Amino acid sequence: MNMAELKIVEEAKKPLSMNPKKFALWLFIVSVCMIFASMTSAYIVRQAEGNWQIFELPPLFWISSGLILVSSITMHWAYLAAKRDNLEMVKVGMSITTVLGIAFLVAQVMAWGELVENNVYFTGGNPSASFVYVLSGLHGVHIVGGVAFLLITLIATFRFQVHSKNMNLIEMCTTFWHFLDALWLYLFVFLLINR
Amino acid sequence: MATTDIHVHSAVHGHDDHGHDHEHEHHEGNFWTKYIFSEDHKVIAKQFLITGIFWALLGGTLSVIFRLQLGFPDMNLEWLKPVLGGWITPEGKLDPEFYLALVTMHGTIMVFFVLTAGLSGTFSNFLIPLQIGARDMASGFMNMLSYWFFFVSSVIMFTSLFLQDGPAGGGWVIYPPLSALPQAIKGSGLGMTMWLVSMALFIVSSLLGGINYITTIINMRTKGMSFTRMPLTIWAFFFTAIIGLLSFPVLFSAALLLIFDRSFGTSFFLSDIYIGGEALPNVGGSPILFQHLFWFLGHPEVYIVLLPALGLSSEIIATNSRKPIFGYKAMIGSMLFIGILSFIVWAHHMFVTGMNPFLGSIFMLLTLIIAVPSAVKIFNYVTTLWQGNIRFTPGMLFSIGLVSFFLTGGITGVFLGNSALDIQLHDTYFVVAHFHLVMGSASFFGMMAGVYHWFPKMFGRMMDDRLGYVHFWITFIGVYLVFFPMHYIGIAGFPRRYYSWTNFETFSGFADLNMLVSIAAVATLAAQFIFLFNFFYSIFRGRVASENPWKSNTLEWTTPVNVGHGNWPGAIPNVYRWPYDYSKPGAKDDYIPQHIPFSETPESNLPSENEQIKLESNGSGAIVVDKH
Repeated sequence: MNMAELKIVEEAKKPLSMNPKKFALWLFIVSVCMIFASMTSAYIVRQAEGNWQIFELPPLFWISSGLILVSSITMHWAYLAAKRDNLEMVKVGMSITTVLGIAFLVAQVMAWGELVENNVYFTGGNPSASFVYVLSGLHGVHIVGGVAFLLITLIATFRFQVHSKNMNLIEMCTTFWHFLDALWLYLFVFLLINR
Repeated sequence: MATTDIHVHSAVHGHDDHGHDHEHEHHEGNFWTKYIFSEDHKVIAKQFLITGIFWALLGGTLSVIFRLQLGFPDMNLEWLKPVLGGWITPEGKLDPEFYLALVTMHGTIMVFFVLTAGLSGTFSNFLIPLQIGARDMASGFMNMLSYWFFFVSSVIMFTSLFLQDGPAGGGWVIYPPLSALPQAIKGSGLGMTMWLVSMALFIVSSLLGGINYITTIINMRTKGMSFTRMPLTIWAFFFTAIIGLLSFPVLFSAALLLIFDRSFGTSFFLSDIYIGGEALPNVGGSPILFQHLFWFLGHPEVYIVLLPALGLSSEIIATNSRKPIFGYKAMIGSMLFIGILSFIVWAHHMFVTGMNPFLGSIFMLLTLIIAVPSAVKIFNYVTTLWQGNIRFTPGMLFSIGLVSFFLTGGITGVFLGNSALDIQLHDTYFVVAHFHLVMGSASFFGMMAGVYHWFPKMFGRMMDDRLGYVHFWITFIGVYLVFFPMHYIGIAGFPRRYYSWTNFETFSGFADLNMLVSIAAVATLAAQFIFLFNFFYSIFRGRVASENPWKSNTLEWTTPVNVGHGNWPGAIPNVYRWPYDYSKPGAKDDYIPQHIPFSETPESNLPSENEQIKLESNGSGAIVVDKH
């Protein structure tokens, strides 16, 4: 090849980039954070205006908090197992996490039952009661999405599509589930403190 | 700084042949996958644009109907009966409750459906992949969903116009308790429910779009497209998407709580209300709480509407002045600063809600600070134009129009941001004049500028310039004639959203000024039909465009005239320089596109730029020789 035809071109550097799907998940988490930030700040603003009814939070919230905390641990256990290609452990870990996730949802609904037994209703009463339903309900809606995500990952593990060379799905699932766990703990502590 | 590696390869610059790039070449789908459920960002952009144009026309028509009422209170509107039916009373007057619905729908449509979805949806979708050098958005599927959520939301909002009781009527800000109680006005019945459902879907659409825009901008840039080489359009879309991502969820919260109050019987916003002597059961709610939640979105929303327009005009003004944009980094900095400030000024909409005056003064201070980055931007626009080799294309005229409105409308913002002056001016026509100029007209002009400027890339044909000039001048003069007199009407104390002023002795004046405003509004709307004709005629019959008709630098102009799915038929070009090398001293042409390496332009390089290609003479091992 004739050197005269060659051109000397400085190299264009590859700009910073991440996995787009993981990045999008983080952005989604940011927008969910904003929903709950606005809800909890609405709670504080409304509470500061007075006329605020105080009642006992359902004891089941303690149990559901325990459930979701344990599910977060099992989720992480599954994730680490996938990293080490221990596929049987991944299946066990994912299954336990999914069951715990569903159990959390059931516990939350039963907690609403406890509230009703104590004559604390979603409608017709003081906003302090309605807020508890809205916060836990809205979180529950996200948990439904989270459980769906767990199921998708679970099915993928049983099809041997989750292993150390293919971690994207389980990484995203872990991130989202830890987030939902942290979100509930934040909401629960928030409700315990601000009454 | 040590220089980068050097590549030696044959003639065509920047074309490393990546075999896998060709996988993206799309098989032509059928009609449905190509035009309806398309995942191609360019088609989705056009879908947003056409839907936006439809909404703009409808929103504009609604405004002309209520301007007729305001400018000519004695007019017989019998002739509108075929269209409006029962909303024209037997006396030939506009139904007062329908007037409120008109105002509400005009605001909602223009702010959300035209200037958010129509503007951001069109140009973020169209320009982000093209200008950063990507084949498509990060997720084509999410992008398609974003449009179809918007479409369903549009259908619901449109359907609500035909309800027996009319669409929502509580103002676009839907303050409870008015919007929460169906007993209050007709417009708080089913129309309001549909408004809320529609907006919830709209928020989903915005979030899907916004997540996609941010992800694409950060992760999908071509080689060499560092942050400091991104065109200002991309920066503007980037900030817009972030602001939307942070503020729309808050509107969602507000809407959700309002839905619970309206349909489930909670009392978040309602307390101690008597209707016809009868007490409502709701106790303990706070209507002010809604305003806080609403304006935490509502104020950033102003910038969601404005920033894309500012970005588009930065690009157009630099291109058509044949000069680098003045203060590129200051432009980015001021947009960032505006974006941050937009989240901490919301309470300036609420000075008269009985807010603590000390708190008011803090919000006043923060509000007035926004004038600083805004002034920086205007200064930079003017200095870019200064001594430029200006080409007055229609796109350029509309961009200059934007700068004009941004200035005149922005100055009145300094008045309104004063918590003391706001006591007089709050909810008067002064406010209407202010935001219609600074946010409404400025953004609308930015959108128009974008359409004229990027039309050749969208449809492969040119729009007619002369019709563009006529459209510009009538609209520009028309907008000033509509909104400038409103300042006087506002200072005189005329409240907004009133059906008629003739019943008040105080407001008996200014009838002539109101008449002028209404006539100008009709003329301005009429001028938009010139645009419509130009737009649709040019899609099919316009002059065929060249690849780069404006001799512009950004990457989208390196694509073929009719851009296919995947954007570049060959490899994606690499980027070697910033996008504003216009009229560079020594250069052959008055523009050097971003994909031209410095090594090809030794005649115009600055010493620092020569640094980047000097390794060659060092005989460093970094030289790579491609043989093909």
